[in-house]
Amino acid sequence: MSDSLLNSAYIGAAVLFILSLKGLSHPETAKRGNTYGAIGMAIAVLAVAIQAQIITSPLLIGAIIVAGGIGAVLAARVQMTSMPQLVAILHSFVGAAAVLVGVSSHLGPLEQLAGAEKTVHAVETFLGVFIGALTFTGSVIAWGKLQGVIRSKPLLLPGRHLLNVAMLVASLYLGVVFVQDGPQALQSLLIMTAISGVIGIHLVMAIGGADMPVVVSMLNSYSGWAASAAGFMLNNDLLIITGALVGSSGAILSYIMCRAMNRSFVSVILGGFGADEGAAPAGGAVVEGEMVATSAEEVADQLKQARSVIIVPGYGMAVAHAQHPLRQIVEVLRKQGTSVRFAIHPVAGRLPGHMNVLLAEANVPYDIVLEMDEINADFPDTDVVLVIGANDIVNPSALDDPSSPIAGMPVLHAWDAESCIVFKRGKGAGYAGVENPLFFKPKTRMLYGDAKASTDTLLKLLQG
Amino acid sequence: MKVGIPRERFPGERRVAATPDSVKKLAKLGFAVEVEHDAGLAAGFDDESYVAAGATITPSESVWASDVVAKIRPPADDEVGRLNGSQTIISYLYPAFNGETVQKLAARGVNAIAMDQVPRTTRAQKVDALSSMGNLSGYRAIVEAVNVMQRPLRGQSTAAGKIHPCKVLVIGAGVAGLAAIGAARALGAIVRAFDTRPAAKEQVVSMGAEFLEINLDEDGSGTGGYAKEMSPAFIEAEMALFLAQAKEVDIIVTTALIPGKKAPTLITAEMVRAMKRGSVVVDLAAEQGGNCELTQRDKAVDVNGVTVIGYTDLPSRMAQQASTLYATNITHLLEEMGGAEKFSVSDQNDIVRPMTVLKAGEMKWPPPAPASPPPAAVVAAAPKAPAHGQGHGHGHGAPSGESSAFGRWGLLVAGLALLAVGYAAPASFITHFTVFVLACFIGYQVIWSVTPALHTPLMSVTNAISGIIVIGGMLQVKGSSAASLVGLAAVVLATINIAGGFLVTQRMLRMFHR
Repeated sequence: MSDSLLNSAYIGAAVLFILSLKGLSHPETAKRGNTYGAIGMAIAVLAVAIQAQIITSPLLIGAIIVAGGIGAVLAARVQMTSMPQLVAILHSFVGAAAVLVGVSSHLGPLEQLAGAEKTVHAVETFLGVFIGALTFTGSVIAWGKLQGVIRSKPLLLPGRHLLNVAMLVASLYLGVVFVQDGPQALQSLLIMTAISGVIGIHLVMAIGGADMPVVVSMLNSYSGWAASAAGFMLNNDLLIITGALVGSSGAILSYIMCRAMNRSFVSVILGGFGADEGAAPAGGAVVEGEMVATSAEEVADQLKQARSVIIVPGYGMAVAHAQHPLRQIVEVLRKQGTSVRFAIHPVAGRLPGHMNVLLAEANVPYDIVLEMDEINADFPDTDVVLVIGANDIVNPSALDDPSSPIAGMPVLHAWDAESCIVFKRGKGAGYAGVENPLFFKPKTRMLYGDAKASTDTLLKLLQG
Repeated sequence: MKVGIPRERFPGERRVAATPDSVKKLAKLGFAVEVEHDAGLAAGFDDESYVAAGATITPSESVWASDVVAKIRPPADDEVGRLNGSQTIISYLYPAFNGETVQKLAARGVNAIAMDQVPRTTRAQKVDALSSMGNLSGYRAIVEAVNVMQRPLRGQSTAAGKIHPCKVLVIGAGVAGLAAIGAARALGAIVRAFDTRPAAKEQVVSMGAEFLEINLDEDGSGTGGYAKEMSPAFIEAEMALFLAQAKEVDIIVTTALIPGKKAPTLITAEMVRAMKRGSVVVDLAAEQGGNCELTQRDKAVDVNGVTVIGYTDLPSRMAQQASTLYATNITHLLEEMGGAEKFSVSDQNDIVRPMTVLKAGEMKWPPPAPASPPPAAVVAAAPKAPAHGQGHGHGHGAPSGESSAFGRWGLLVAGLALLAVGYAAPASFITHFTVFVLACFIGYQVIWSVTPALHTPLMSVTNAISGIIVIGGMLQVKGSSAASLVGLAAVVLATINIAGGFLVTQRMLRMFHR
C-alpha cells in the first residue's frame, strides 16, 4: 500500500471521527455517529496493518481478538451506575498504552533521526510518556475512589503543592538528561515515568468524590493529549488529530463542570475541597428553623393532586438504584395527566451527563429530562418538587449567602415551587459540608430513608 | 389515653376540633378518640365518617371526662364545671380577656393550653391556629365585602361603558391581611396595604399590592412578630393617611391586633362618613374590640350607606376547611406534647410552654418574654448575590465572553511562542503542528454542539477513539524484539479501550428514546 493511500485512509478515519462527535449533538443522530466512529477506527487499523505488513501476524491478530473480547465483555457487563468507574479505567488504559508506545519508540525507533529532528523527537517521546503515566495512575486512583476501593475524602499531605513542584522539577531535569541521549537515557525515561505516576496518584488523591466529574473529564482530556504526543513522536497525523479532538473534548467538559460549580479549574485540580483546612464548617450563615418530616402516604396524596411535578435527581439516586421505581412513578403520574419533568444539574452524579444515562437506562423518555437552564424558570409554576439524593445543587445559599463556600454556584431553584419533598438518608450536610436552608423552608418536607425503599413505597401507594 | 372532641355549643360556631383524617393521625400517635354525637355535622363530617376513621361516638359526659379535651371556643362555665384535675383542655382561651374563665379552670386544677398563645416562631407554625384561621378570615373578609357591594372588583371596558376597578385598603399585613390582599387581587381589585412593620413591605409587594408608607422613621416591629404601639406623632400621620385613603377606596379591611390588649382604633367615625356610599369596612379585629369605632360585634351595620362588618365567625363560615386546618394544628400540638405514650405539659418545650396557661391549676401565664422579632425579617434584608441568572448557554455554541478572558496578553504570548517554535523546530514538526492546532479548533467547535444530556456517551466515545493509539503500538510491533513486545502490550490495552468504548456507547445510546 502506498503512502498516499495510507494517508487518504487516515483522512477518511479523521473525518469519520469528527462526524462521530458531531452526531452526539442530538440523541437521534448519536447512534449513527457512534457507528461512524467505529468504521473510522476499523479503516485506520486495517490500513496500518496492511501498510506495516503485519496483517497476518498471528501475534497481532491474537492480541486484538483477546483484547477486543475483554472490552466487549466489560461493555456488556457494566452497570449504568458504574459508568464513571468504567470510563476512568478505560482512561487508564490509554495512558498506559501511551507510556508503552513511548518506551517502545525509544527502544526501537522507526527511522534514524539526527540533529534538531532527533531532539524534537526526544522531547515528544518524553512528553508523551509523562502525560501517559500521569493519566494512567490518576485514572486508576479515580477508578478506586469511584468504586469505593479508596476513600473518596481528599487526602491532603502537608506541603502538597511544594511536593508537586519538586516532582515536576525532577522530571524536567530527567528530561534534559534524556534529550542528551547519553547512556542514561532509558534509565531517566523510566524514572521519570515513575515520578509522573506518583504525581498522578497524588493529584487525584487530593480531590474529593463529588469533584470527580471534573477529574474524570480532565483525565479524558489528558488521554487525548497523550495520544496526540504519541502522534508527534511517530509522525502520525491521524494520532495527532484524534488526540486533539479528544483532548479538547475533555477540556471543554472540565470547563463546563467547573463553571457549574462556580469554581476555577485550578482550584479543583489543586484539590482539597470539602475538607477545608479550617476547623469550623467554613462560613455560611447559621440556618434557623426546623426540618419537618413527612410520610410516603402524604407525599403520595400530594402527588395525586399535583398538576406539575419536577424531579431533581442526584448522586444519591444512583447509589440507591432508585431510578427504576422512579420511572414507574413517573409513568403513573403521566397517566393521570400530571406533567412530570426531570431537572438535571450539570454536576449531578459523578460523571458529566451521568443522570441522563441512568434515567435513559430506566426508560425515561429523554424529552422530559431537561437541563438546569431550560427548567429553572419553571419552578414557580410547579406544584411538587421531588429532590432525590441531591443536596448542594438545590442549596439556596449558593445564591443569597455570599459567605457560603458554594456561593455563586448556579443551582436549581427548587424552593420556588409550591412544595418540595426531599428524599434523604439522614440529617447530614451535603458534600460541601454546607447546611442546606432549603430543608428548613416552611414549604419543604423531608422524607427520610433509603431512596430506593422510599420510591418503592411511594410507587405502591400511587398504584394502590 | 383518651382525647375527647366535644360539640361546640357557642352560638353560630360550626367548626370542630377533629376531622376523620385527624382522628386517624391521632390514632397513630396512640390516642383513643371520642367524638361527641353530631360534633362535626355542621362542618360536614357525620358520625359515620368518624367511626370509619376509628373514633367512638360517645355522649357528652364521657367526652368531657377524657384525658385531653380539644375544642375551639373557650369552655363555657358549665363545661368548666365538668372538668377536674389531671385533665388537659386545649382551646382558644384569650387569657388576657377571659380572666374569669381562667380562674374557674384553675379552681378545677386542670392543665389549660391556649391555642391563641402559640409562639410566632418558625418551628411553631405547624401548631399556629391563629395563622391557619387568619388565612381563612382574610379571604372570607373580601368575600363578605363583595357580597354586600353593588359592583364587581375587576375593571373592564364594555360596550355599555367602563367598569372602574375597585380599590381595596388592607390595614395590617399579617397572615389575615396578606390573605385578604391575595383574594382581592385575584378578584381584580387594586390593593393597597399598610403596616407599621417595615418587614411587611416585601410580603405586601410580593402579593401584588402597593405598600403605603408614612415618612416617619419609626419601626413598629414588636416582640414575637406582632406590632407594638406607636408614638403619638406616628399615629397622627397614620390617621391622616387613612382619612385620605377612606375618601378614595371602596373596601377597607382592618386586621390590626396588639397581643393582650384591646385592638387599636384606626378607622374613626369621621373616616367612615368620608367613604363613598356603597363602600364596605370589614373589621377582622371585632372580637377584640374592633379597629373601627362603629364596629358592632357579629353584625353588619349601615352607616350613611357604608356597611361596617364586624363578624367574628369568619373561619366558622368556612367550617369544613377551617376544621381541617385546626384539627391538623391540634394533631401537631399533641405530637409536640409527646403523643399518647409520653404525654406531658412540659416547661422545656419551646412551643408548649408559651401556650400553657394553667398547669395542674397553677397559673403559668404570661410566659417569660419571647425573643426578638422573627428571623424572617432579618433574612429578607440579606443581600442577594448577583452572580446567578447570567443565562449560561452551554450546549449552544461557545460562550462569547470567554475568549476575552484570554486577553490580549495571552494572544501575544501565544504569538511569540509560535514564532519561537517556527524558528527552532524542523519543517516536519511544523507540518504536524499545523494539523494539531487545526484539529484542536475543530474539536472545540464540535464539542460545544454536543448536548449536555449526552456527555457520558461523549466521554465513552472519545475514550474509544483515543484508543487510536493502537496504531502507535502496531507500528512498533515489527521493530526490534523488546520494542515489539512493549508495542504489543500497548495494542492489547488500546484494543480493550476501542472495543469497550464503542460497545458501551452503543449500549447507552440505545437506551435514549423519546
